[in-house]
Amino acid sequence: MSETVRKRGRTGYLLLIPGVLWLALFFVVPLYSLVATSLFDPSGSDTTGYSMTYHWVNYSHVISDYWQPLVRSLAYGALATLFCLVLGYVLAYAIAFKAGRWKNLMLVLVIAPFFTSFLVRTLSWKLLLADDGFIVNSLQFVHILGADGRLLATPVAVIAGLTYNFLPFMVLPLYASIDKIDPRLIEASSDLYANPFVGFFKVTWPLSLPGVVSGTLLTFIPAVGDYINAELLGSPNQRMIGSVIQSLFTNANNYPAAGALSVILMALIVVMVLFYVRRAGTEDLL
Amino acid sequence: MSQVAEQEPTTADAESYDGLRLRNVTKSFGAFKAVDDLDLDVPSGSFIALLGPSGCGKTTTLRMVAGLETPTAGSITLGGQDITYAKPYQRPVNTVFQSYALFPHLDIYENVAFGLRRRKSKEVDTAVRDMLELVELTSQARKKPAQLSGGQQQRVALARALINKPEVLLLDEPLGALDLKLRRSMQLEIKRIQTEVGLTFVHVTHDQEEAMTMADTVAVMNAGVVEQMGAPADLYENPQSTFVANFLGQSNLIEGTIQNRGGDVVTVDMHGIGVSVPTERCHADSDKGWVGIRPEKVLIGAPGEELDAPGNTIPGGVVTDVSFVGVSTQYLVRMPWGQELSVFQQNTGRHTSFVPGDKVELSWRPEYAFLLDFSQDASAGAQKVDAE
Amino acid sequence: MSTMTSSRTTSYKPGSAAGRWIRHHLVLILGLLVLVYTFVPIFVVVLMSFNDPASRLIYRFDGFTLHNWLNPCEAEGMCSALRTSVEIGFLATLGSTVLGTLIAFALVRHQFVGRSSMNLLIFLPMASPEIVLGSSLLALFVAAGFGGQLGFWTILIAHVMFCLSFVVVTVRARLAGLDDNLEQAAMDLYATEAQTFRRVTLPLVFPGILGAALLSFSLSFDDFIITNLNAGNTTTFPMYVWGVAQRGVPMQVNVVGTVMFLISIAIVVGAELNRRRQEKALV
Repeated sequence: MSETVRKRGRTGYLLLIPGVLWLALFFVVPLYSLVATSLFDPSGSDTTGYSMTYHWVNYSHVISDYWQPLVRSLAYGALATLFCLVLGYVLAYAIAFKAGRWKNLMLVLVIAPFFTSFLVRTLSWKLLLADDGFIVNSLQFVHILGADGRLLATPVAVIAGLTYNFLPFMVLPLYASIDKIDPRLIEASSDLYANPFVGFFKVTWPLSLPGVVSGTLLTFIPAVGDYINAELLGSPNQRMIGSVIQSLFTNANNYPAAGALSVILMALIVVMVLFYVRRAGTEDLL
Repeated sequence: MSQVAEQEPTTADAESYDGLRLRNVTKSFGAFKAVDDLDLDVPSGSFIALLGPSGCGKTTTLRMVAGLETPTAGSITLGGQDITYAKPYQRPVNTVFQSYALFPHLDIYENVAFGLRRRKSKEVDTAVRDMLELVELTSQARKKPAQLSGGQQQRVALARALINKPEVLLLDEPLGALDLKLRRSMQLEIKRIQTEVGLTFVHVTHDQEEAMTMADTVAVMNAGVVEQMGAPADLYENPQSTFVANFLGQSNLIEGTIQNRGGDVVTVDMHGIGVSVPTERCHADSDKGWVGIRPEKVLIGAPGEELDAPGNTIPGGVVTDVSFVGVSTQYLVRMPWGQELSVFQQNTGRHTSFVPGDKVELSWRPEYAFLLDFSQDASAGAQKVDAE
Repeated sequence: MSTMTSSRTTSYKPGSAAGRWIRHHLVLILGLLVLVYTFVPIFVVVLMSFNDPASRLIYRFDGFTLHNWLNPCEAEGMCSALRTSVEIGFLATLGSTVLGTLIAFALVRHQFVGRSSMNLLIFLPMASPEIVLGSSLLALFVAAGFGGQLGFWTILIAHVMFCLSFVVVTVRARLAGLDDNLEQAAMDLYATEAQTFRRVTLPLVFPGILGAALLSFSLSFDDFIITNLNAGNTTTFPMYVWGVAQRGVPMQVNVVGTVMFLISIAIVVGAELNRRRQEKALV
């Protein structure tokens, strides 16, 4: 009933200062220096130093050079998010409404695999999807794949890997939203002549939208930036933008180009997220 | 504005007053005044109930006494000591919280011992055992609060506060979470404990029946001020404002013009019918007023039937609604001036029953009527359909 | 009215008992299938931890052995990478849990100017792709002249940074769910501010802080993308795995994977059992 009483005074600021300084110094300032780096003259190097020349052409160069991995990353990220949404919704719905007393156990089982190293898990997908592996052989047997068809080093493998690795980011917010829905609402809708499908789309789905929005964001953003799946499960034809940025920094030592690509990626994501959140009408997400 | 009916004490004896005293206390939240220039005296050892609808400022008043809110203006003294700005842990006042606020990580024993341990008391164990015995929870001492029923948790909350022997015990809607039956038995239980320990209890509630059952003094609060304060029966029989008349039970309020104020009675012209009201029950200053009469005091009969009342008979009523509620029958009667009056008739079996459409006459004994100021809203404090 | 009823009854087909059972449990069955999908790679990890590989270059199950479990550090460089990861994990957890808990208390309990920009500052690191976080930190380190000193400390700085927001969110949720009345009750019962914090607030918020610390550790331990950009010559466990993925994977990597899985299972099962035990006591 009573609104949380917030104390006035200096203590609040004292508590904030250390953490805020950390974030300011190692999150905000770096973003600024990333933008600065993206405008440096690319003729320098990390050892000789760069000069600030407001080199806007860095941006047009990287876009013309790397638009393919950029578009590919967004497409793979979107597809993986969609698959996560379908699989995650089924799982979250089953846990929330059908698991009964096994609810907590199922939640634990959803999370547990993901505490095993990301890279080790992705490596085992590599084994599972290998050319002479069980999955490929089975698909060849039923002629979904041709005799020389493969999964590894294809977009399918990369998107499957992304879907797998980011599934819990989808399931947990979805579960939190669906679990809050009063099952009597669904009963009421069926009492009011809605069949299960109508009931789902008119009652359950709209009420779970906050979970859908945060789940899709939590999946999409890391999936677009990820390059582990593309590198381990794909081929150079499935190269994603993260991989390009990483190698521009560490292999090519082209800091301005890497910086420009990072800024573009961040800007694209921010614009897409804002647009999406506005469309979904859940601006109180924070 | 606020009327403390009893003797108005002068500021000179403020230091010698041994009870709880609030003077000109105001609490504003932004532009909203939750408590508005409130004066209140709670004599030591009494059981007082602050009664009012939600938002009337009763809980805010209680929290200021507990030290959980700081008054915007005014002063609070306890036994002559100013405690207006004392921290909650510095004042000899304890609270039974609305949702009990039992510490979930401590067992019952430790919950009850909490206050004593903070004050480094020597005799913790004996005191806790005695207190658990008083509230009949000895066997539950090592359980966690979540393992207890609502009624048991309520008793723990009471024990946890009482064990500190506070000068004033504050109870913030302590029975609100209990079901009706348990609530009734806890009301008597708390009343018994209060008599036994002899401490000052200040009880906040919106339930008029609870307030009247438990407290020896009831202060009816509305919009941040005390409307009227007194013994439950006095408040009920002689309300001084339309709010009290409607909030405590039901009242019929009928417009009337005052004709004569001489002597023991005030005579009022009520839509052409002369009625009289005892002078000490007249609370109207202007020449118009609301004649008030409780529904159970109104007598109903067929035209010409002799009613056991020395006052005037009011003819021309038509029964519009009849509800049989067991102990009584409740009638709505439309009067010639268009107003519907409420009449409760005890089911003694001696009266004729009426059906809607029957022509009837009403009457009441003049000493039961009261007269309220016409400037007040006749529907103030009345139960609204959309409220709760 | 009667025609409506009759039309509905005629369209009602009970179907076979088995069909009804499947229809009733369809969602649960599908959900369990998704759950199985999440476990498939784990089975492979556990299986491969017992693998006796015929060749380092071909990654498949050739035969059963306990060798990998008995000689985990035989894989060159793995155990030192593991140690680095554990050290960074502990320090990053400590740093982010302390800083994040302080912020969470300030956010829930104190008034200050700029609350909404504060919320944004907490939210943005969680909403930024790791590659952007990593590359911007690298840009800063290079610009500040630390380009040659990348290593343990730059990794630690990065890890505290990205764990911090998760700690704030976790502890804030626990703190916001705490009934204010409990602290007021403590004060009412003669506990000073400091005693209230120690006897009531801290014990009640502690599960949230513990959860945040566990989350921090696993985020730190598992991070690759940010670490890889800011690591210099230091190698963490994920970086080690990344390196051997190109050259041939020693089976000991799967031993580590299995152990991590078992530890996480033990923690969550332990927490669940503890919760059940407390719940059972209620009956």
